[in-house]
Amino acid sequence: MEIVYVYTKKRSEFGRQCNFSDRSAELHVDILPDPSQMDNYIERNPCDTPTQCAQEMSEHEVNTECFQTETRGINHVEGGWPKDVNPQEMEQTIRYRKKVEKDENYVNTVLQLGSLMEHCIKQNNAIDIYQQYFEEEEEVSVGDEVQPSAKTINVFRDPNEIKRTATGLSWHPDGAKKLAVAYSSLEFQRATKDMCFDSYIWDIDTPYIILTENPDKPEMTLKPVSPLVCLEYNPKDSHVLIGGCYNGQIAYWDTRKGSQPVEMSSIEHSHRDPVYKVIWLQSKTGTDYFSASTDGQVLWWDIRKMSEPTEKLILDTSKKGNLDNALGAISLEFETTMPTKFMVGTEQGQVVSCNRKAKTPAEKIVCTYSGHHGPIYALQRNPFFPKNFLTVADWTARIWSEEIKESSIMWTKYHMAYLTDGCWSPVRPAVFFTTRMDGTLDVWDFLFKQNDPTLSLKVCDESLYSLRVQDNGRFLACGSQLGTTTLLEISPELCTLQRNEKALASAMFERETKREKILEARHREMRLKERSRSEQGKEEEAKDEDTEESSEDLVVRAEKEFFEVVEFELKKREREEEKSQSKADKVRVGYREKDKLIKHSTGNIALQKCVVYSLITGIVNYQ
Amino acid sequence: SSQSEVEETLKRIQSHKGVIGTIVVNAEGIPIRTTLDNSTTVQYAGLLHQLTMKARSTVRDIDPQNDLTFLRIRSKKHEIMVAPGKFALLLSLLFFVIYLLNPDI
Repeated sequence: MEIVYVYTKKRSEFGRQCNFSDRSAELHVDILPDPSQMDNYIERNPCDTPTQCAQEMSEHEVNTECFQTETRGINHVEGGWPKDVNPQEMEQTIRYRKKVEKDENYVNTVLQLGSLMEHCIKQNNAIDIYQQYFEEEEEVSVGDEVQPSAKTINVFRDPNEIKRTATGLSWHPDGAKKLAVAYSSLEFQRATKDMCFDSYIWDIDTPYIILTENPDKPEMTLKPVSPLVCLEYNPKDSHVLIGGCYNGQIAYWDTRKGSQPVEMSSIEHSHRDPVYKVIWLQSKTGTDYFSASTDGQVLWWDIRKMSEPTEKLILDTSKKGNLDNALGAISLEFETTMPTKFMVGTEQGQVVSCNRKAKTPAEKIVCTYSGHHGPIYALQRNPFFPKNFLTVADWTARIWSEEIKESSIMWTKYHMAYLTDGCWSPVRPAVFFTTRMDGTLDVWDFLFKQNDPTLSLKVCDESLYSLRVQDNGRFLACGSQLGTTTLLEISPELCTLQRNEKALASAMFERETKREKILEARHREMRLKERSRSEQGKEEEAKDEDTEESSEDLVVRAEKEFFEVVEFELKKREREEEKSQSKADKVRVGYREKDKLIKHSTGNIALQKCVVYSLITGIVNYQ
Repeated sequence: SSQSEVEETLKRIQSHKGVIGTIVVNAEGIPIRTTLDNSTTVQYAGLLHQLTMKARSTVRDIDPQNDLTFLRIRSKKHEIMVAPGKFALLLSLLFFVIYLLNPDI
């Protein structure tokens, strides 16, 4: 239907009609060109006119006010009901639903989708498509060719300006989410007045970004009266920590009670030297621990009564309880499976094995193991084979067997840098870790390779002082001289128990122990022979009274011989040089010969040096 | 009649082993039929609607001739199965079933 609107207006109301007529053209204005105006202008010839066949465009700028946006979510609670249906009213909703259900479309769709859905459900019911096949079989490690590696996860730096060494580390006993680090300065008289005494507990999950922006963010600070040299969490109560101080006292903290120590041991009964190690004991009350220090004492304490130690042991190997003779203790070892025995590593390089339950103090010291040239910084029994223990001192790490007292059964090569700390891996019997003074962390797998570490990592440029492995064997923390604690994660090959590893490790330790036993027996035989021969020889010697040269004379003679040898070699080299210079055409051969000679001569010198050195030490021992 | 067929189909699906719940939702997000409580239903409807649209557009973007026939979301505890209705100009029915895997019976 057309829409029509009729509009009527009378003709007479419109106004008069327009009538047009012709008219001829008229000139209104005529402006003639004025030649004098030309003088105002300079003709330009040629004219450069660029042409561009492009769209003409213009540029506009607009700057609006900053618009604040916010992202929000909506929690949809009720369906999208149409306007005329009130969702609160049950009647209306039911009616609407019924209406939809009657719709033809609905019926068809549901029937169709229903059959599709049933198909899939039946599929699901028929078979579990994500079933794990071969679940019982162990995964064959494809990574035999994969290089073991370790990755730095986190680094905690000492927030103070004057950096202290991280000398002690302890993992939190439950879940190991926290790491307690003891900071002190072990260098003699290096501690300045401004040095901070605090030690920190770090949360290892602190993201690295937060640490670098706000580096002084330890989870908790411990404020002792003197810097802490060592620190240990109580394995039974994760809120309690004990720390051994530089001044010989021992303090204990409860993390629920704040940063100040709950109690400190009394000065009169504490150690006289820094407390180098504290270990918690296995007891019913869970409050006993013992401490060792270089003043030669090992003291037992109970947390509840810190005013004096419950027991005392003086490390005098002559068994007289003489403090002046005592060896300074630097490390302690205690295995909870053998609660009556413990071992002490001394400054003098000996390991003293002690029995706590002995009747007399003299019997407390059972035996000593010597073989190291320097203080024993770490001492730990193998968690799988407690008869074997690891010691880390001077430039080597050695593995000992309890039965062999004269020497270690296995040892690493002599490194270029001092070894400062070491520990066994808690999950693999033949793997242990060591740290060095040049900042390197070594991972040794003795079943795989004994000459070199399986993995050698340069953690930092300064020396590493302490090392602790977490109980799962996967993470380890190492502390450096400038207080930087690095948290590393080791690749899975180094922390999963391989097949037969226990059996192989046990066989290896037994084999080495046997070898040492045989060697020991041989040495004993030789010594007996020597003794019997010297007894005979003494009778003959009584005849020619050769005055024994005093040790100084011997040393002087040795020195003279040494320098003579060196001079001889130098002269020989000069002669060779002259010879080679004259033979211009045989230069190359000459060099090669010279090299050989140098090698030979230096080898000789080295040999001579060894001989002289052993001579001198032999003389000293003889004294 | 067709109504009873629909009823029967839905009942049958619900009675299968392992099926926890069935929801039939229409284009506006109104649950037409559900065996779960309202708040759960609405939550599922809202979330899955968006996901299904996204899945469908993904499939169509890769190949315009293609279309989404079924969507399965498998999680540790359940599996959600979505059968989308024919997508006409307006979105039509979605059909959800919530299915329990590894029932701890």
